[in-house]
Amino acid sequence: MTDTAPRSLFDKVWDAHAVRDLGDARTQLLIGTHLIHEVTSPQAFGMLRERGLPVLMPERTFATVDHIVPTHSRVEPFEDPLADEMIRELRSNCAGHGITLFDLDTGRQGIVHMVGPEQGITQPGSTIACGDSHTSTHGAFGAIAFGIGTSQVRDVLATQTLIMGRLKVRRIEVNGELPPGVYAKDVVLHIIRTLGVNGGIGYAYEFGGEVFDRMSMEERMTVCNMSIEGGARCGYVNPDQTTFDYLEGRPYVPHGSDWDAAVARWRELASDPGCAYDDVVVIDAADIAPTVTWGINPGQAIFIDENVPDPARAADEAERASIQEALDHMKLQPGAPIAGTKIDVAFFGSCTNARLSDFVEAARVLEGRTVAPGVEAIAVPGSQIVKAECERLGIDKVFRDAGFEWRGAGCSMCLAMNPDKLVGDQLCASSSNRNFKGRQGSITGRTVLMSPVMVMAAAVTGHVADARDVFGASQEVMA
Amino acid sequence: MSALEQIRSVRGTAVVVPGDDIDTDRIVPARFLKCVTFDALGPQLFYDERFREDGTPKDHPLNAPGAGDAAILVSGYNFGSGSSREHAPQSIHKAGFRALIAGSFAEIFFGNATTLGMPCVTLDPEDLGVLTKLLRSAPDTVVEIDVAAREVRADGRVFPAHLPGGAHGALLEGRWDPLADLLESADDAVALAERLGYRTAGPA
Repeated sequence: MTDTAPRSLFDKVWDAHAVRDLGDARTQLLIGTHLIHEVTSPQAFGMLRERGLPVLMPERTFATVDHIVPTHSRVEPFEDPLADEMIRELRSNCAGHGITLFDLDTGRQGIVHMVGPEQGITQPGSTIACGDSHTSTHGAFGAIAFGIGTSQVRDVLATQTLIMGRLKVRRIEVNGELPPGVYAKDVVLHIIRTLGVNGGIGYAYEFGGEVFDRMSMEERMTVCNMSIEGGARCGYVNPDQTTFDYLEGRPYVPHGSDWDAAVARWRELASDPGCAYDDVVVIDAADIAPTVTWGINPGQAIFIDENVPDPARAADEAERASIQEALDHMKLQPGAPIAGTKIDVAFFGSCTNARLSDFVEAARVLEGRTVAPGVEAIAVPGSQIVKAECERLGIDKVFRDAGFEWRGAGCSMCLAMNPDKLVGDQLCASSSNRNFKGRQGSITGRTVLMSPVMVMAAAVTGHVADARDVFGASQEVMA
Repeated sequence: MSALEQIRSVRGTAVVVPGDDIDTDRIVPARFLKCVTFDALGPQLFYDERFREDGTPKDHPLNAPGAGDAAILVSGYNFGSGSSREHAPQSIHKAGFRALIAGSFAEIFFGNATTLGMPCVTLDPEDLGVLTKLLRSAPDTVVEIDVAAREVRADGRVFPAHLPGGAHGALLEGRWDPLADLLESADDAVALAERLGYRTAGPA
């Protein structure tokens, strides 16, 4: 490299993967790793068949099944014939093209954004695409990872490349100490609330500063996962020793001297000191409190001790209409406290928060308590590996004893493409990522997003509650 | 050289679906994603906003008389946010729309729609307000999106429209579906993948 100007990780990875410049600021970008699942890939394989095209690099695509799998029974054929057709289609496409599939019988199936990291397929410095917007999760490893549409899934299958416009980079720095009882989920909800659900359009988010430096890989994944909820197609954390320690020994990472060489290479990827950013936002960790949503997008969020907004006090007509629409859907009163809102369902799962550390922390506060009468509570590990590890540690017993249903791995009630759905206007305390109207399977269903520990507090009290009050102030500082 | 249509303009009546942050779950509810082709998605557009649970229609702009003939969908800011599902623009396209006008678009949606040859242009806030008001009072107004000139015309008025260079060129040149362009450089992609070590990686 003759170019010695300091560069961001984004620019280094982008430049390394540029196959050619197409003009108009568009690049043909090599996609090092392609992940697929049953919902957004069958149409892409159909398009290849129509054109008689092969899969160019089948060894660079990895598949699993997550969206439509039932979590209560894995007996096939599935009760839902459409779901059954989709899993069969995925199997046939993978077998026909020589693509590795982490299927239900492998012990390694799970939500696609859990499987990549668990297998060590997700690696620093790579470009990763998947027909799923939460692909931003993989940025936690210092990868440039983003969601794509199905025609682009076709493009990657056929050419291992995409046409993309280069993104701007916004560094979001969170410094200082998070108060006790504040988790990675609260950090990212706070960022989205602060910058808006469309604040990240055109940007990649670089998460940096003391809080992210201290976070575990699983916490970093929670944050990067929700970049897209802030409008940023990808978000990343610079790779460091925490990253390498997580990856070492996983099936798809290099071993022996190749591992050492890879780590040496990966260390060079972090954004150079003094590199230019298109924007920088600095947040003080001490200002963040447990955060929950009150509305119908993830930016409509408040601290647990705040009140829901009053449309009468909106800045303009558009904001007034937006608040009113959200309050109408959520059946909340203007200016009312969010704490104390009665819940019907507690959902602990999704690619945002269903990793082992989430279960360990939730079990720690849940142990010896019971789910409030009338609350339907389900715990859905994100992957078969997380589920098995929880069972080895006795965490499943904590959940079962408390009155949770202990389920099999998948996306479940995050988007309700399987049988796990809200009914009517049930209100769900959810560790997932989207509170859109109808998201959890009922048109009138209501979602309040929060961290797993806050879901536990809601489950045991029967209402949206401050976990610090419910479980005492002795919680560890997580990051 | 290209077999694709050159999309220089889109002309027709328009439907306003008001609101900001209209997410792709609303555009196509997840249960309709259980399909292995996109063919049946047209009638499922905005389904839960348009129909009650018993299937009877609600008061929605897409259920209004004449809405079925519209070619242009008009909305607010951050249209198409959330899920990357291409089912959303596919559904809009299969319902007969050929272009969208909004305050802004979510990024993945914008790319997915462009790949279908469906221009997504944005207007300045004031112009969007004027156009929306005009269409509400006169729903039969014919709107023309001049892709080449980056203008929206309606009722004798001309609004400057925004469309990024990449999408603009791709639509005008009939290269909005990029697969042919990408295939041209497939050998280069293979060589780069080898150089970056992607082709040797495998499970332990």
